[in-house]
Amino acid sequence: MTTETLKTKASVLENLVAVRAMIRRHKRNDVIFAAIGLIALMLGLLTLLTLFIDLVMDGYPRFNLEFFSNFPSRRAANAGLLSAWVGSLLVMAVTFLTAVPMGVAAGLYLEEYAPKNWFSDLIEINVSNLAGVPSIIYGLLALGLFVYGLGLGESILTAGLTLGLLTLPVVIVSTREAIRGIPVAIREAAYAVGATKWQVVKDHVVKYSQGGILTGVIIGMSRAIGETAPIITIGALTFIAFLPPAPITEVAPFINFEWLSSGFTVLPIQMFNWLSRPDHAFHTNAAATGAIIILLTLLMNGTAIYLRYQIRKNIKW
Amino acid sequence: MNTMLNKSMRIAALLAVTFSTSHVLAADKIIKIDGSSTVYPITEAMAEEFQKAQKVKVTVGESGTGGGFKKFCRGETDISDASRPITQKEMDICKEAGIQYIELPIAYDALTVVVNTKNDWVKSLSVDDLKNIWQPGSSVKNWKQVNAAYPDKAMGLYGPGTASGTFDYFTEAVNGKSKASRTDYTPSEDDNVLVQGVSGNVGGMAYFGYAYYAENKDKLRAIPISAKPGSVAVMPSPEAVKDGTYQPLSRPIFIYVNATAAAFKPEVKAFVNFYLDNAPKLVAEVKYVPLPSSDYAAVKAHFKALKPGTGFGGKNEVGIKIQDLINRIK
Repeated sequence: MTTETLKTKASVLENLVAVRAMIRRHKRNDVIFAAIGLIALMLGLLTLLTLFIDLVMDGYPRFNLEFFSNFPSRRAANAGLLSAWVGSLLVMAVTFLTAVPMGVAAGLYLEEYAPKNWFSDLIEINVSNLAGVPSIIYGLLALGLFVYGLGLGESILTAGLTLGLLTLPVVIVSTREAIRGIPVAIREAAYAVGATKWQVVKDHVVKYSQGGILTGVIIGMSRAIGETAPIITIGALTFIAFLPPAPITEVAPFINFEWLSSGFTVLPIQMFNWLSRPDHAFHTNAAATGAIIILLTLLMNGTAIYLRYQIRKNIKW
Repeated sequence: MNTMLNKSMRIAALLAVTFSTSHVLAADKIIKIDGSSTVYPITEAMAEEFQKAQKVKVTVGESGTGGGFKKFCRGETDISDASRPITQKEMDICKEAGIQYIELPIAYDALTVVVNTKNDWVKSLSVDDLKNIWQPGSSVKNWKQVNAAYPDKAMGLYGPGTASGTFDYFTEAVNGKSKASRTDYTPSEDDNVLVQGVSGNVGGMAYFGYAYYAENKDKLRAIPISAKPGSVAVMPSPEAVKDGTYQPLSRPIFIYVNATAAAFKPEVKAFVNFYLDNAPKLVAEVKYVPLPSSDYAAVKAHFKALKPGTGFGGKNEVGIKIQDLINRIK
């Protein structure tokens, strides 16, 4: 062997060592980043978990049927959530019925129909801005507009409309995001076989974006269900030991809208009231209510993920 | 999607059935109450018991004394809970709207000055000491400044927010002027936060309603208060409030009844009578101090006569006797 070939061999070997070192280094970076990512994820999850476990441990003596079927009471052990969960349910129903049709329609218009000009841009900026407005501002607006301006009073209707306004930007933004995810080819194919714009929107755009829209709606609703500030601002009650009139009656015309104008309370307000009481037994009730609100939010988000999965499964393009 | 829709409709129908069977449709009578969060526990107890006895609906809100009077003077509520007398401004607004009211003292509350349980140096404080600490512009930052015999310990002050009736009364009784207070203390509208603050700070000090002290006796120590330096210091207790020795920090709390509602709505009249009849028992149960029974009798007679007006003339007063107050309106 000549000295030349020996030298080449040595340099190749040296190179190989350098390359391997580089690969090792990069792999190490990989591991480090994965670890940072995991820690970041765990930080959020563990905080939520600790909070939840803490609430459950404090509140577990109240997890029984009576807690859900009793009205509030001065005796902590007898006090229940009945008027609060029924109130939350009815308010959320109004929120759903206002925010979803309006939000989806507005999103569709902005994405499909609106001309691209400065005015549309202005609306777009405003909508994204609205999504970040603090909720108490909506409460003040609602107090002036719904409670006094339109004379709706401190009713379920007012609360539902207020939370509807709060949810609206979330629904609009998620509707637009969902629509943007639909491939252009789908529309072009529909137009190619002679479909009108409305037919394209109705049969394709809305249908394929359902999953995304639904996710946005439920995320918006789970934000609304925990809102306290705007509801207090419009003057929700704290002690209410009766239920609003039933929406459906036994006598014709079977539907009754009286419940819309009824006074109400909601879960977070009931929790807030119990938390500020001197008697520690009420703090147990508050912890139990907190755990229930977190569970409700988890349940709603879980439903969103499940429905999105089911809907996406059926879409094949 | 269709099956999903069907499912949700079934759920809606189910809920509707639950509601309609559990509820009787009738235009029920309703009594609306709002106001002070201090008075809230008493009114809540009354509303709870009254609804067991009668088929009348009672709702109670918690907007604070000021917020409650705003609604009351617009005629939105039948009764307003108040932890202080109605102010001149509120009287004017009510008058303009043509709302007349009957002022009814319903219980006593004892403002309690508390310190940390590890604080073993303060045996009692006089109102002058309190004024020295709490007056506007006070420079007291250390316990040594209150009394040379106290140790060199930084003072941590906690108190209710400025919207509270408790704040109004304490500043009036101690500093001589309602709402006049030093501002460099930690305020909170939630008295449990004040309890936490003092129990976590050896040099801590706070004032709030007696009920919060009664529930936290293991975490806090109440300070006996003397009206003048050198006079006997009195520990806050239901007995001391009742016999009038815990002064000037015991105060009456009120309900204001819409005079028209009291005269023409039998359910409101029945509720107020129920309130006064059951006060001795229920007030004590929620850890407030009931009035002497002779005072309740006087308040009842006053309500029966439906005499509108306030005995305070728009200004708060410290140490007033219930019967004198009622006699002023006659």
